[in-house]
Amino acid sequence: MKILIKNGRLIDPASGRDEVGDVAIAAGRILTLGKVSADFQAARTIDASGCIVAPGLVDLAARLREPGHEHEGMLESELNAAAAGGVTSLVCPPDTDPTLDEPGLVDMLKFRARKLSLCRLFPLGALTRGLAGEVLTEMAELTESGCVGFSQAEVPIQDTLVLQRALMYAATFGYTVWLRPQDGWLGKGVAASGAVATRLGLSGVPVIAETIALQTILELVRVTGARVHLCRLSSAAGVALLRQAKAEGLPVTADVSINSLHLTDVDIGFFNPAMRLTPPLRQGGDRDALRAALADGTLDALVSDHTPVDEDAKNLPFGEAEPGATGLELLLSLALKWGADSGLALPATLARVTSDPVRVLGDALGSLSSSAGRLVVGGVADVCVFDPAATWVVTSKALASQGKHTPFAFEATGTALPGRVRATLVAGTVAYEAAAA
Amino acid sequence: MLHKRNPQLNHHGELIHLLSIEGLPRDVVTHILDTAGTFLSVNDREVKKVPLLRGKSVFNLFFENSTRTRTTFEIAAKRLSADVINLDIAKSSASKGESLLDTIANLSAMHADMFVVRHSESGAPYLIAQHCAPHVHVVNAGDGRHAHPTQGLLDMYTIRHFKKDFTQLSVAIVGDIVHSRVARSDIHALTTLGVPDIRAVGPKTLVPGDLKGMGVRVCHDMAEGIRGADVIIMLRLQNERMSGAMLPSAGEFFKNYGLTEDKLRGAKPDAIVMHPGPINRGVEIDSSVADGAHSVILPQVTFGIAVRMAVMSIIAGNDA
Repeated sequence: MKILIKNGRLIDPASGRDEVGDVAIAAGRILTLGKVSADFQAARTIDASGCIVAPGLVDLAARLREPGHEHEGMLESELNAAAAGGVTSLVCPPDTDPTLDEPGLVDMLKFRARKLSLCRLFPLGALTRGLAGEVLTEMAELTESGCVGFSQAEVPIQDTLVLQRALMYAATFGYTVWLRPQDGWLGKGVAASGAVATRLGLSGVPVIAETIALQTILELVRVTGARVHLCRLSSAAGVALLRQAKAEGLPVTADVSINSLHLTDVDIGFFNPAMRLTPPLRQGGDRDALRAALADGTLDALVSDHTPVDEDAKNLPFGEAEPGATGLELLLSLALKWGADSGLALPATLARVTSDPVRVLGDALGSLSSSAGRLVVGGVADVCVFDPAATWVVTSKALASQGKHTPFAFEATGTALPGRVRATLVAGTVAYEAAAA
Repeated sequence: MLHKRNPQLNHHGELIHLLSIEGLPRDVVTHILDTAGTFLSVNDREVKKVPLLRGKSVFNLFFENSTRTRTTFEIAAKRLSADVINLDIAKSSASKGESLLDTIANLSAMHADMFVVRHSESGAPYLIAQHCAPHVHVVNAGDGRHAHPTQGLLDMYTIRHFKKDFTQLSVAIVGDIVHSRVARSDIHALTTLGVPDIRAVGPKTLVPGDLKGMGVRVCHDMAEGIRGADVIIMLRLQNERMSGAMLPSAGEFFKNYGLTEDKLRGAKPDAIVMHPGPINRGVEIDSSVADGAHSVILPQVTFGIAVRMAVMSIIAGNDA
């Protein structure tokens, strides 16, 4: 279908394009950017006056909960949430049930996502079978099925020898290993160590749970040469290690979640289970360091860390509540809020949720790597049209995701969020369109 | 983030639940202690009852076992003429897989007026207070490591009884502070009442440096920690601290931090020795001290009933 997006402000962070114009789309690809000739016969026209026309968002961490946790989220509900959030590509970790350690499971997931055509899905394969940290998965097979990297999700490998071999093996074939740095023993608490956890009597996760694991990973990267993506850093000390590692030229990239970017442990308040998150919310100095590192590019990408959790699992005493929050529909707004707070121009802000995460994915995206997260003539038409001046109020009714818990719920914050998605196109098809106001 | 109102106070600043001593205004704490004083005489009467909670149902919800605390709450409620229902949930609903909030909803439907809650998770009474019917009052009888506010209040009652004025005191709390809800409640109560010198005494595994943020001086040396103290609060040492590699043995703990007559000589001559009970003789406290002239451990128990009567009668009289 031929689609014309008219009169929007086109922003392509990768090329620096920032101009008012039109986008002509045909056969799933961008035909023209800027001035579209009058003889382009569009079957549909989207009026983007006053809106930004940007590449669709690329989210490097979103759980869809299928298979195994369908009561908390279904592929369809969560991919609808992605589309409503302007997300056109997402990476999901392998901690489903069963875990994504078999090519058949990955094929099935990819196939079903393709049929829904709401969002492109890029699974991470399990690094070890059943995430048990003992036996390597068949990485070549999993890659053929469509895995873009290998991950241990939330289960750190305790045996350093296994971790070293996993990295050596992955490095042989150039696969990227995605690790959230967390020491398995020191990381067992439910809140960040510090004054708040001490006062509330919550068991703590110290910063060294992150930095000890990071040091181990970085040492192993030095000797194995493996490419590692570090998931969801949470501390200023972690950021400092990352900065050093990048200066040294190690092949590492890293991301931060919307939660750690905006919140601190003080927000736990009176044991609010919506604030039960992994990694745990840390102190103000950590948040400031994460914000600065995302602004200067030390942190490569901002992720939603979308984790739908159902009512029964969340409405529990803080320590028993399941960690996680819904996030896909908040990613754009919280990126815009961070960008505005940090005094960044829109293209720089949007880069952290479009072209930069695509750079993290690199060759694993295959032919898509040259056009996903960008607006390129001839490239795939994955587009997000949003109104930067609109605000919205986060309520459970306003969310398409099956996960309704978020620290940013209006009833908790009392503030509206900036930016509202008007339309999302995936491969030139409208995946989401806001109801007319 | 919005600043949420302290959930245990109503819009007039009156106490509707007792969840923690943290954040309670000093006059609320003093009012509880004063009210407890009026109930002490009730306990000495022939007929030990006042009709303040007649017709009210108090549910003791103990998600974690405790005979002693539950009994003192039961006695306090009965002396206020309430109907008391004891539910040992550790053995019933929870083991059948019923969720905490379902249990609360069911008990609310039985027209409960007050829940006395003990739970192994910090913050559980807050969740209950947020989800129960508006007329129901919640008393925290101990949640995880977080708070044991009636114990804190009865400790304050005991200190006031023996020492009169809080503003000149040195108070040492000795033992497993990091895991202790009693220590947290005592610290909040002592700071609220204006005690200028609070010391937390124990090894670094049980008394980490970040406790300083709660307004205490951290001491790892016992002699230094109790030197010149007016009040020494010994905490119970749980056996699981040994399996968690926090201590090598109970014996070694006693050697370093157990309160003996010899060590007690370093405190003020008129120092009082307190303990929330049940005591481990020869682990945190020597028998000669527990039974000695400085010990006020048994008066604590007596005061505990009056303090719990005060708390229940006060919150029952305030509307959400």
